Amino acid sequence: MIPELGAGALAVALALAVYGSAAAAVGGRTGRASLVESAQHAALGVFTLVTGCLLLLASAFLSFDFSVRYVATNTNLGTPFYYRLTAVWGALEGSIVLWAWMLCLYTLIVILRHRTNARELYPWVLSVMLGVLAFFLLVMTVAAPVFQRLSPVPADGRGLNPLLEDSGMITHPVALYLGFTGFTVPFAFAIAALVTGRVGDAWITTTRRWTITAWYFLSLGLLIGGWWSYHVLGWGGYWAWDPVENAAFMPWLTGTAFLHSVMIQERRRMLRLWNLALVIMTFSLTLFGTFLTRSGVIASVHAFTQGSIGVFFLSFLALVLLLALGLLAWRWDTLGAQGELDSVVSRESAFLLNNVLLVAAAFTVFFGTVFPLLSEAVRGVKVSVGAPFFNQVNVPLFLGLIFLMGVGPLIAWRRASLDNLSRNFLGPIAVGVVAAAVFRLLGVRSTIAVLTLALVVFVTATITVDLVRATRARLRTGERFPGALGGLLLRHNRRYGGFAVHLGILVVALGVTGSQAWSVQTETTLRRGEHTDLAGYRVRFDGLAASEESNHFKVTGTFTIDHGRAAGAVLHPAKKFYPQEQSPIAYVDYRLGLREDVYLVLGDFARDGSQATIRLQVNRLVSWIWIGGLILTLGTVLALVPERRRTA
Amino acid sequence: MIAAALAYMIYAGVTQSAVYFVTPSELGATPVAGKAYRLGGMVERGSLRWEPHTLSLTFALSDGRAAVPVRHKGAPPDLFGEGRGAVVEGSWSPEGYFRATHIMAKHSEEYKAPHDTSQAGVRELMRTLSGADR
Repeated sequence: MIPELGAGALAVALALAVYGSAAAAVGGRTGRASLVESAQHAALGVFTLVTGCLLLLASAFLSFDFSVRYVATNTNLGTPFYYRLTAVWGALEGSIVLWAWMLCLYTLIVILRHRTNARELYPWVLSVMLGVLAFFLLVMTVAAPVFQRLSPVPADGRGLNPLLEDSGMITHPVALYLGFTGFTVPFAFAIAALVTGRVGDAWITTTRRWTITAWYFLSLGLLIGGWWSYHVLGWGGYWAWDPVENAAFMPWLTGTAFLHSVMIQERRRMLRLWNLALVIMTFSLTLFGTFLTRSGVIASVHAFTQGSIGVFFLSFLALVLLLALGLLAWRWDTLGAQGELDSVVSRESAFLLNNVLLVAAAFTVFFGTVFPLLSEAVRGVKVSVGAPFFNQVNVPLFLGLIFLMGVGPLIAWRRASLDNLSRNFLGPIAVGVVAAAVFRLLGVRSTIAVLTLALVVFVTATITVDLVRATRARLRTGERFPGALGGLLLRHNRRYGGFAVHLGILVVALGVTGSQAWSVQTETTLRRGEHTDLAGYRVRFDGLAASEESNHFKVTGTFTIDHGRAAGAVLHPAKKFYPQEQSPIAYVDYRLGLREDVYLVLGDFARDGSQATIRLQVNRLVSWIWIGGLILTLGTVLALVPERRRTA
Repeated sequence: MIAAALAYMIYAGVTQSAVYFVTPSELGATPVAGKAYRLGGMVERGSLRWEPHTLSLTFALSDGRAAVPVRHKGAPPDLFGEGRGAVVEGSWSPEGYFRATHIMAKHSEEYKAPHDTSQAGVRELMRTLSGADR
């Protein structure tokens, strides 16, 4: 029963979305409010139906309804309850259901928030949102039908990809998709602005919170993805410049550029065209990313199911770009800048340079990712560029960005005087230079590491200078200390929220630098009772044990840390044997620390348990990447708090 | 100017880190020592040797027409085995074998139906292990 119900609901939802999109557009064009209202009802209907589908799918998973092909492919009788829920979006078809549901949710919030406060733009925003939704519903009904029947009904399913049996599976895709779909809202507003000709600043101020929210979820998705890769995949890394990672990273880069460039438009009425282009680019990159990862055109470790879906996404991407560029060309005359760049030494130009660097980074990542396709098409040879390429080209760009992170928020608008420069930057630069010298003396050999660390110190110093100065100013007016700081953060929450996000990024940069520069590893085979030494740790092999879990067999090693900071700790790396896999999957064990993680992977082992091959890693400062994510979260929350009026 | 600098950086990056994707028969025809390759093929049955104490892993990658001997230092990764696809990264050694610095076993969302034979193997393994532990 479930497959028919679900498929039917999706078909109705598709019809409603198409109708709603058209009705909202006609309503916007003719000014007939009743049509827009009818489109609203359609949107509500779509939301209800897609929610229903998601629940149906979840119930099919919970009740082991193997008559649904998708359920039979992605679960089996042994899959634990928790992973049966996350299996709903464990593969292509289900992940698109989740994606569409989030888009519905956003559409609903847009209706609730903006139906009265953005009158002229609103019908078109609704039309674009429903249009995008219609595309996803089309994919769900035609290219990736989730409710396909399987006959004959098998007694047991094939089971979930074992790598996806992890708590990260609930947070990582959810955050990532909330970020991806979130950019639909500013995109819809941009299109609405172009259609109505209201290309002023209204759409930008209205979507500020939306952009920050989408950006935040995308950042979170990337970070959780890194964490998942770090503790599940067992190679001890968090980022590999894999096409799938790049697919999510590109919209993050252009989204970050957009987040900054809108401030220039708000303040100086510059960059109208650029902002529209950036948001169109960001939205297109989310589609392109999906195309890249789901079409199988580029080989990746995340080998997803391939299908006709790539053609759908590519066509939709082409349609979006064609429409958006057409609209841009149509409104070209009204998109000229009103403000001008007064001086190269100004906040505007710092922000501009930030945008150039971010877009350049996005382009590099794009180029490197599609390079195998390009070279095969042009030269007929399959050539790929790996991590060395991305690191080599991006590291200078990122260092430049970190530098600007210190300059941008403090330098004066329009034209920075010598006084402004020396007042704000002499101290931090001195601190940065001293820090560089200290790191060098402490024995940091890598130039890139010294440079990064010095820049991190420099930017932290600029933030401190600003915070101290502003707090002092308030103390002079008679406020007490904690209140003065708190009031400052709340009243200028956008500014200080931004600072906190910057601080989060700096901490992430610290973790990345440390792990790249100082991590060490060794691989060795130990007999029972033997030990190996690495970076002050001595790890002893105590034995192997076998056990049977609900859906797999497990061979667990026992290793004791004899020397080192975590002395006495016992690590249990394992190999898991899943019936649906032909060879085992490693299960990593680790002790996380602020300074370093001890990370142990069980490789091969003798069948009688007498010896085991292990890879032992001491990964430095990796935890700071996750801590940076937490700081980034706090900063985003602060930036999203409704701004207090100055009269308060 | 920035565009020119970026173009140069990309150009330099590509020329320095380009990895050529080849099949065993393509590599066998014209191996260039020292050049970075990514070699993809099937691990030939009966060719896999793993020495835990020296951490030396040797096998032959084949595409059905030619086979290339591969040597690697390190334990075989998950999902790696005879008769399965693998991609190795590394370079051609003048001594006549491919020196792999990195092995990527192919995995996919698609699963084979559970094999009775492999399950029997796992049960046997479980028995010997629990015996050895006592």
